[in-house]
Amino acid sequence: MDRVETARTDAGRGPLLQARGIDKFFGPVHALKHVDFEVREGEIVALIGDNGAGKSTFINVLTGVLPHDGGEIVFDGRPVRLASPQEARRLGIETVYQDLAVAPHLDAVANIFLGREYRLPGPLGGLGFLDRRRMRRETEEQLARLRVRVPDLGRRLVTLSGGQRQGVAVARAVMWASKVVIMDEPTAALGVAQTAMVLDLMRQVRDNGVPVVFISHNMPHVFEVADRIVVLRLGEVVQELDPRRATIDDAVSAMTGSIRSVAAKGGHGGR
Amino acid sequence: MAGEPLDAISGLAPEPTVRPGVLARLSGSFTLLILAGVVLVFSAINGGRFFNPANFQNIAVDAAQLLLLTVGVTFVIITAGIDLSVGSVLILSAVVAAKVMVRYAGEPAEVQAYQFPNQGTAIPLGLAAGVATGLTCGLANGLLITRLKMPSFIVTLGTLGIALGLAQLLSGGVNVPNVPPAVQQEIGLRELIAFEVGGQRLRLTPPVLIAFVVAVLAAVALNRTRFGRYTYAVGSNAAAARRVGIDVDRHLVKVYGLSGLLAGVAGGFDLLRFGTASVGSHQSDNLAAISAAVIGGTSLFGGLGTIGGSVIGAFIPAALRTGLVISRVQPFWQNVAIGAVLILAVFLDQRRRRVEERM
Repeated sequence: MDRVETARTDAGRGPLLQARGIDKFFGPVHALKHVDFEVREGEIVALIGDNGAGKSTFINVLTGVLPHDGGEIVFDGRPVRLASPQEARRLGIETVYQDLAVAPHLDAVANIFLGREYRLPGPLGGLGFLDRRRMRRETEEQLARLRVRVPDLGRRLVTLSGGQRQGVAVARAVMWASKVVIMDEPTAALGVAQTAMVLDLMRQVRDNGVPVVFISHNMPHVFEVADRIVVLRLGEVVQELDPRRATIDDAVSAMTGSIRSVAAKGGHGGR
Repeated sequence: MAGEPLDAISGLAPEPTVRPGVLARLSGSFTLLILAGVVLVFSAINGGRFFNPANFQNIAVDAAQLLLLTVGVTFVIITAGIDLSVGSVLILSAVVAAKVMVRYAGEPAEVQAYQFPNQGTAIPLGLAAGVATGLTCGLANGLLITRLKMPSFIVTLGTLGIALGLAQLLSGGVNVPNVPPAVQQEIGLRELIAFEVGGQRLRLTPPVLIAFVVAVLAAVALNRTRFGRYTYAVGSNAAAARRVGIDVDRHLVKVYGLSGLLAGVAGGFDLLRFGTASVGSHQSDNLAAISAAVIGGTSLFGGLGTIGGSVIGAFIPAALRTGLVISRVQPFWQNVAIGAVLILAVFLDQRRRRVEERM
């Protein structure tokens, strides 16, 4: 697992993942209206918006959960079709879903390797026998590299708290992501300490060369870590903000519609 | 960022660790306690008449068939499904096996005269046909559940009726006559290993050996292979399993197929033990198997369960039945006892879960 290292060698700060003019309809509802969005090397880009703004729909399109009706997704310079979450993952895009896609009756190692289990070498592996020792060792190594400490990898997640489970979900995404990590409201269910941990982890992932997309409607969290903020309102990108210059009030008024869609289109796509 | 290790799981403040209470810890070994209690009580009442090797051998023979059904049903329940059809599938498989044996053991006139010139091929063919019947029924269950997106309860309730009806149609509702007795004498009762214990001759017969091997293989598959891991994952959170790329539908078809396959093998046991396919019995075997799995700690909500627990759960009815007969109590009390144990088992399981999963 040297994906993070490979990613780091990709110099330049061009867009790694681009959504161009994405349209999405649910029946007669125009849920996403020609959304342009890009993820650049070495950044944490926040996607914010009120409930119903289309954040989750857009993320589902970006990660292959939902098909889109118009526009294209460009990854590493070439157009890609993401027909399933697995295809997104194959490209190195990992997602922490809002609804915590973990299996609570399995332990942390089993969850981290779920769907990509190592099998024993030789005929036993052919029969489906798992290489549990190797999975455990690699989990320990990777978590140590990421400076994530897990008290007991062998404990089933049902016996952990919500915040602890979130930790496993985040660790899984971070461990496997080689290109992009997408986090859909990762701090929504967390206490103060765990939120600080997740925000730190985001910075660290970015510093390791993997850009992060951070979906949230918690403004203080967004302004604490984001390098760039994209505001979505009623299915449209209405503004892009620089958190060093903009204020939380600016973001809120963009989210709630005090500012009409003007800045976004023109100011977009600049390298 | 700081060089301090991040504490992803426990955050910066240590979370309280959960300590299960006495009751919760008790229920972990609850099944074993029940079985031990049953053995103890009957041994106390009957002494050596219950507590002797020959009787335990009888219990093992008695439990072998239910054990197969219970193992299959355990996999299904761990995926958060249910298979109500196993008893009927057992009957259908037994009837098909018997019919095939009768058909191919010799000319109709020969079979009528109780002559079976071709029984050497007819018997294995019949047993294989029974197993294939079970597998087919199981796969049909799985396909119907996943393709039609219907609850397993309804689908297997439907196939319960279909399989039973087909078995009755095939057999005319009576035990299939003229099955070559060799299937019972030469295979079912064959002594694989025999030894003397305290003046009693103990025999290991094929059904007991098969049930034992199946249970061991199932336990290994559930704990050590990807198949087992996916079984737990699907039952624990099917949506999460799907998102990580597990083909949940395909896995479910395999699991229901396995349950049907084992019911087919159990159908063969009818012939091995009794020399005929008994159409009248087994109609509550599905509930017996589900009870055994649940008493053994398998959760109907999915994601939880062990083969070891199911094996013990399957032994409890057999031990009760034998014990009641030896104690000259009406064996019908067995149903009363099993029902009470089932309710107690699920109650303790819920208590345990509530303690364990508080967040």
